[in-house]
Amino acid sequence: MEKIPILRMGSFLLVTIQVDLYDRLALTLETDLINMVHKTGARGVLIDISAVSIVDSFMGRILGNIASMTRVLDAETVVVGMQPAVAITLIELGLSLSGVYTALDVERGMSLLQTKLGPNDELVDDDADDTE
Amino acid sequence: MLTILSKDSMTVTREQDVVPCRNRVKEVAVKIGMGIVNQTKLITAASELARNMLRYANGGQVVIEVVSKGRESGVRLTFADKGPGIADINLAMQDGYSTGKSLGLGLPGTKRLVNEFDLKSIVGQGTTITILKWKNG
Ligand SMILES: Nc1ncnc2c1ncn2[C@@H]1O[C@H](COP(=O)(O)OP(=O)(O)OP(=O)(O)O)[C@@H](O)[C@H]1O
Ligand SMILES: [Mg+2]
Repeated sequence: MEKIPILRMGSFLLVTIQVDLYDRLALTLETDLINMVHKTGARGVLIDISAVSIVDSFMGRILGNIASMTRVLDAETVVVGMQPAVAITLIELGLSLSGVYTALDVERGMSLLQTKLGPNDELVDDDADDTE
Repeated sequence: MLTILSKDSMTVTREQDVVPCRNRVKEVAVKIGMGIVNQTKLITAASELARNMLRYANGGQVVIEVVSKGRESGVRLTFADKGPGIADINLAMQDGYSTGKSLGLGLPGTKRLVNEFDLKSIVGQGTTITILKWKNG
């Protein structure tokens, strides 16, 4: 079955959603992510939805679920790159995505996570990809 | 007077039909030059109604029409199913009302996203929901 790849970056996990998700794929992603957070002890999850053109109430609920489940596992989720038209539509639909952090792009999402996690976790991430 | 410029239809009977249904709606919206925000609202509305049809009525038929009225053009979508129907439409249209343990946003949210919304339902016979989004609506 088709799956959405989950990348590990230091103490974070990065998921880039490239296609419009149909339900089963979205549900698989939900379970895969929770398992990955549990297995790797990741402290943060970044979900890049910049290529997603539609977020309906189903997809919105999945994002909310991922955020609350990862929080139970002591990790934070940031949804990054939401297209402006998608954001406008979500608000009119009435989906507030409360409890889900959002950021403009992956880079800002990363720094948001780093601020949330404090100095110790930042060090862990430093040896992973900060080589300047 | 409303003129129908084109008409297309498809059945939605499985979860995998939702994405193709959204794509068909997008195609016609793009064809009439609908802007990205209105397109997104329309497709999201279509997605909600297609999902409801699958979830509560085991699927149904979607009719996709390009319509015009004077100088304005738009997309009209009709979702018709032969499911259980909706007993209390006012209740179903309320934010937060759901018999499916969900958010109860689909119907009221859809109404907010489009320019015209019409729901007809007969218990035991089915539900027909028609929405219309004007290109510049
Ligand atoms: N096609 C339909 N046939 C029968 N009942 C329906 C249909 N569509 C909606 N309903 C009823 O109306 C209620 C409200 O629908 P609505 O889409 O607003 O919320 P939901 O589907 O329960 O939740 P959400 O869309 O937020 O996931 C549903 O719970 C269901 O009882
Ligand atoms: Mg619904």
